[in-house]
Amino acid sequence: MPVVTLQRVAAAFEGPPVFEEVSFCVAPGETRILLGPVGCGKSVLLKLILGLLRPAAGSVQLFGEEIAHLPEEALFPLRARAGMVFQEGALFDSLTVRDNVGYQLLQERRPDAEIDARVREALRFVGLEQTFALFPSSLSGGMRRRVAIARALIHRPELILYDSPTGGLDPVTSETILELIVKQRDVRATPALVVTHRLQDAFALCTHRFDSEQGRMVPLAGGETHPTTTFLMLNEGRLIFDGSLRELLGSRDPFVREFLE
Amino acid sequence: MAIQTVDRTARQIVLTVQEYSLFAWRAWTNLFRPPVYWADFLLQADIIGVGSLPIVILAGFFTGGVLALQSATTLAVFGATAVTGQFVSLTMIRELGAVLTGIMVSGRNASSMASELGSMVVTEQIDAMRALGVDPMRKLVTPRLFATITMLLFLTVVADTFGILGGAAVTVFLNHQNGTQYLHMAYLHLHYADIAQGLVKPLFFGYIIASIGCFYGMRTTGGTEGVGRSTIAAVVNSAVLIIFVDFLITRILLSVLPYGS
Repeated sequence: MPVVTLQRVAAAFEGPPVFEEVSFCVAPGETRILLGPVGCGKSVLLKLILGLLRPAAGSVQLFGEEIAHLPEEALFPLRARAGMVFQEGALFDSLTVRDNVGYQLLQERRPDAEIDARVREALRFVGLEQTFALFPSSLSGGMRRRVAIARALIHRPELILYDSPTGGLDPVTSETILELIVKQRDVRATPALVVTHRLQDAFALCTHRFDSEQGRMVPLAGGETHPTTTFLMLNEGRLIFDGSLRELLGSRDPFVREFLE
Repeated sequence: MAIQTVDRTARQIVLTVQEYSLFAWRAWTNLFRPPVYWADFLLQADIIGVGSLPIVILAGFFTGGVLALQSATTLAVFGATAVTGQFVSLTMIRELGAVLTGIMVSGRNASSMASELGSMVVTEQIDAMRALGVDPMRKLVTPRLFATITMLLFLTVVADTFGILGGAAVTVFLNHQNGTQYLHMAYLHLHYADIAQGLVKPLFFGYIIASIGCFYGMRTTGGTEGVGRSTIAAVVNSAVLIIFVDFLITRILLSVLPYGS
């Protein structure tokens, strides 16, 4: 059963719809990369999946449950099973890194020792254990993004949504973030939806794997692509592409061609 | 064209009132359903109650002093300076203690609630909280609402006390009248109905301050400029509503508990 299923979903605020007739699904273990120009509604789509926004039409299923008309109260337990990394990290600036990463555990009133241990484990995963007691304001943009990833992963989510995780970061920091996404995909096989407008990042996710022995991301042998990492493309209110990297490169859609070039 | 503008504005006002009513009702009912965040309640009670204490003491003391100064001049014409104590205590307890405290706390805390929550909205921290499975209404709004109601009650008692003391100081040191007589008159003509009236009002004012402050904060749009707009709207609307509701409550309470009962 797919983790996420969208059927003929439309989103609209005031004015013309942001997008219409969007249908796709995310299967268990699958990583889907959502491409599209800035302002085409990619972030809106991610928020619809978690019920943070309501669709104007269509059906959104999360973990097999229809959420389009579910009351807010009923959505909290479903959201707690997923993780989301926001565009700018969205860390709680009045809380330390420890309290940010362990936020869900704190709300569940887990023992302090357990929270500390799990926060340290999550921070170790993103390579930021030394930031445990710091406040977000003292971290760089890339570090904040990595802490946000740790916060999204601490609860062992069954789905993870990344909203432009490398947006506005330098190439070196971007690669660190991509490595974390690949690591999460290959080590824990967590299904994911990655929103990006950066083609090179999307290709890197599809053409690399995480090497546990070397502890870093390495290219797949023989120019292969990752079998469960596929692409979606949104443009001018429509989902114009859904398929593998090979199919993306062979697409005859004029916008896809222009985007690739 | 003008009719369209009026129509749009009227609809906007009705919609805002509807949204506010639903918001305030949800915040209220959340207290009676778990989870209740008592630690957040205590933290807010400290920020709102203890934090507002200096300004409330100063405002109460000098208002009482001014009342004594002004009334003594007028009462002297009638040879009735002996009732200065009665005048100050009744005015402070029935009216000015609650209204002044409400307006002072509104300026200090409705603004801080609107700007704090507004900043959290524009930096996606509220969405992040929802994505982590935590209800921002329960976590942020309900503790602020109940902390403001509770603390405003005590702050009003403090303002009343210091107002009477301010009046006593002016009576003794500036008007050179008898302090015992002032305090005796202040106490002698005080009835339970006066105290009831003075203590019912802060319950309503506290509800207005917190619900308006949080409401405008949570519906902030438009980045940092929007935070500024929300803050202004919260302070202006809560102050105006306090004075308006004060008029209504006074009218009702004067019929239910007439003077001298």
